[in-house]
Amino acid sequence: MSDWPLSYLTSAGPRAREVVPLTWYVLLVSIAVSLVISALLWRALRRTRPEDQSIEIRDVPIERGTSGVRWISIGLMVSAVPLAVAFVWTLLTLAAIAGPPAHPGLVLDVTGRQWWWQVEYAASQPSDVFATANEIHIPVGVQVLVRLHGADVIHSFWVPQLSGKTDAIPGQTNTSWIQADKPGRYLGQCTEFCGAQHAHMQFEVVAEPREDFDRWESLQRQPAAVPSTAEASRGLSLVEYRCGLCHRVRGTAAGAVSAPDLTHLMTRRTLAAGTLLNNPGNLAGWVQNPQNIKPGNLMPNQFLSAQQLSDALAYLETLK
Amino acid sequence: MMQPQVRTPTVGIDGVEHEARLHELWDTSPGWKGFLTTVDHKEIGIRYIITAFVFLALGGTEALLMRLQLAGPNLTLLTPEQYNQLFSTHGMTMIFLYASPILSGFSNYLWPLLLGSRDMAFPRLNALSYWIYLAAGLFLYAGFVTGNGPNDGWFNYVPYASRDFNPGLNEDFYALGMVFLGISTTVGAANFVVTAFRTRAPGMSINRLPILVWGTLTASVANLIVVPAVSLAFFLLWMDRQFGTHFFDTAGGGQPLLWQHLFWIFGHPWVYAIVLPAMGMVSDGLPVFCRRPLVGYSLVALSTVATMIFGFGVWVHHMFATGLPGLGLAFFSGASIAIVVPSAVAVFAWIATIRLGRPVITTAFLFFSSMILLFVIGGVSGFMTASVPVDLQLTDTYFVVAHLHYVLIGINVFPVVGATYFWFPKMTGRFLDEKLGRWNFWTMFIGFNLAFLPMHLTGLLGMPRRVYTYADYGGWGALNLITSIGSFVFAAGAMLLFFNVIKSLKSGAIAGKNPWDAPTLEWSVPSPPPAYNFAVIPTVASRHPLWENRIGGDGALSSLDRGMMLDHGKETIATSALDAEPDMVLEMPHDSFAPLILAVGLSALFVGLLLKMWMLTGIGGAIAAFAILLWLWPTTDLREREPAHG
Repeated sequence: MSDWPLSYLTSAGPRAREVVPLTWYVLLVSIAVSLVISALLWRALRRTRPEDQSIEIRDVPIERGTSGVRWISIGLMVSAVPLAVAFVWTLLTLAAIAGPPAHPGLVLDVTGRQWWWQVEYAASQPSDVFATANEIHIPVGVQVLVRLHGADVIHSFWVPQLSGKTDAIPGQTNTSWIQADKPGRYLGQCTEFCGAQHAHMQFEVVAEPREDFDRWESLQRQPAAVPSTAEASRGLSLVEYRCGLCHRVRGTAAGAVSAPDLTHLMTRRTLAAGTLLNNPGNLAGWVQNPQNIKPGNLMPNQFLSAQQLSDALAYLETLK
Repeated sequence: MMQPQVRTPTVGIDGVEHEARLHELWDTSPGWKGFLTTVDHKEIGIRYIITAFVFLALGGTEALLMRLQLAGPNLTLLTPEQYNQLFSTHGMTMIFLYASPILSGFSNYLWPLLLGSRDMAFPRLNALSYWIYLAAGLFLYAGFVTGNGPNDGWFNYVPYASRDFNPGLNEDFYALGMVFLGISTTVGAANFVVTAFRTRAPGMSINRLPILVWGTLTASVANLIVVPAVSLAFFLLWMDRQFGTHFFDTAGGGQPLLWQHLFWIFGHPWVYAIVLPAMGMVSDGLPVFCRRPLVGYSLVALSTVATMIFGFGVWVHHMFATGLPGLGLAFFSGASIAIVVPSAVAVFAWIATIRLGRPVITTAFLFFSSMILLFVIGGVSGFMTASVPVDLQLTDTYFVVAHLHYVLIGINVFPVVGATYFWFPKMTGRFLDEKLGRWNFWTMFIGFNLAFLPMHLTGLLGMPRRVYTYADYGGWGALNLITSIGSFVFAAGAMLLFFNVIKSLKSGAIAGKNPWDAPTLEWSVPSPPPAYNFAVIPTVASRHPLWENRIGGDGALSSLDRGMMLDHGKETIATSALDAEPDMVLEMPHDSFAPLILAVGLSALFVGLLLKMWMLTGIGGAIAAFAILLWLWPTTDLREREPAHG
């Protein structure tokens, strides 16, 4: 990721790219106006000679002076030009980015939840449909339609390098679309205040060459592998009866869908919607003490024994 | 109905005996009884100002706590819930309990003096407006100090504010408190509208109103139209939460976006309501120090009204990301860009006034003139958010936080502090210390810009709003540290104001009637003014009654020393709406317990609703009914008289 993964002064896809020149235009007009006004103000103030400072205010005579209305009319005429340009440019850009693509190469259902993102990949075969969390893989150069759903409260879907914000609102389906020019990881963030852990509600869009994406997709469609060690088998039963109350691991008895799908957990780069990097140490800490790491999130602390924790981790680490 | 008694007011010249009689009629009785019953607009205005400054200090303290938490990445001074309550309470405090009431305070104090009247049109309503403001403020803060402060931002979006996701009392405190506060805003606004149109000095036709009056009048009309929307929204939310209605609940066919429409159709006009009167302060104050009349008076007055009319058509720019159709967005985008035009009128008028005048630098002038720059910076960043595609990137980042602070601090706080330096001598008879004033100005100005100018960049680098902590992506940490330092410098500057006020109350230089040699009526009476304001009702012949001997009037000259005596009772004059021709002698009410009792009754009623203690609600309602009865009880001395014409 770049040094400024959430900056929108640069772009990595056509939808965001349409907006960048307009953003620079309004930004530069704004800076120019501020400078011109500062200069006018400064010149106006400079006319106060230093010796005036000690003079009593009533010793400076009142004068009606010239009307000065020309300042206003000229000022307005000059201002009208950049405003009109901004408006027309806005309409043109809006038309270019607004409509969802008529023939998207990929359709995703993204659901904002307190405080993570559920991502479902539609497919013609029901058995090919799969869900993942907080990491969206897309093929490079393909228009991706994102249907946005709100499961609980309002969230907002934002990948500044690829697209501006669209809210995910309960009771309605909004659409956004993204397309990446080149492979890379693009950071996304919830941008509608949604409660205690709004701060930790990130996701990543991973743009990959077509063949990598296809490989990733066919892997994701697989159910979880059957554990091969005794430790991992004990871990699986623990995961089924504890984690399975909220999470799903396809191919096992853990089948709930109110928390992130764990079927291929170890393919994801982060944990807890961008809160932690996904490595064994962080995973152990997260499983045991999620409330210390992300206070107020909906996963309770687990109070597992050392044995249970290592069994669970042994199993979770097989979810590749 | 009985015909009003007809009487022609005596016209005469002020004298010692006359003033003694007026003092007897108008003075508030000393001691606690006077304190609780007074309907003097000046007393009420000062209470408003002091209370609002206390809330400013509270809101500022909340901001400083947040700035400590955000001073670096991944700090853990505050828990997420504490942070969320702090930022919500900070917004609620600054927007509802400081920014609007402070302007009501200045307008309450100044209006009758500016207009040449002895009081507001409805003095008891004025007292009621203050008491309810105080009670609602305490009600809202009672939630915060018991750990039940609002935690969903001042905008309070559903469904997060609904009971499923927010089961505590937090949102009930906020919802009921806002409905309660709405009563204060509404009666205050009604009072301003009637006062502006009916109780001006004879001859103060509509084109001679000070711009402050235009600003507050426009804001008041807007409040009367939009406050019902937000009161309704909060009431519906409370019904959803406590009685299972489904106005906003999708499971029952409700719509989360309904909240946003109701809130922002109020919220955006409200933003103008809390800046237009402050812009009026600048339009009236700046020319005094530039030693010439305001450039383009009529254009500035009209642009005030135009801003508000446009202001009704821009609320959707808070909702560009909600999935509304593009055609609708284009309309609101256009309106939001067009609203720049009336704002620009004021900016160019002020700059021309300075350029074509002979500025005398005082602390008040520094606050007024620097406001122009802050206004422009806040304005252009607002213009950026008006462009839909750009806004879809900018919105909900720190760029918007920077924008709104330039608008609210730049166009509200700076003019208000300037106004304090400008009118303090009128209110107290003493100047604020000028030397301390310079320190006050420069610390606030530098601190403010240090805090909020770099914040634009924080936003452009993508830092989202309303996050209790953040990772250090490319310089966010350093930028936030600068902002935190700036905010403490700014706070120190604000403390200097309070210090200056306390110091100068005791030892400030004595100011006469007209210490700035200013042109408007408030400067024609002693400082501080007597309870009755004007011993004789002045007759006004121009916009600048006190400058007429130097710049000429509009023909005839104003008459300040000779006018209607009106000393048969507690009286002032009513005039016609546009031309301000004398119309009727107004009999003004005496000090009364009724407003306070009504506010107490309503407080009990709202506490009862909050706690679902229906008995308390009933008792509160009964007390309120009693107070209204006491209020409306007919008395002979309040019968209005029409003067004989001709």
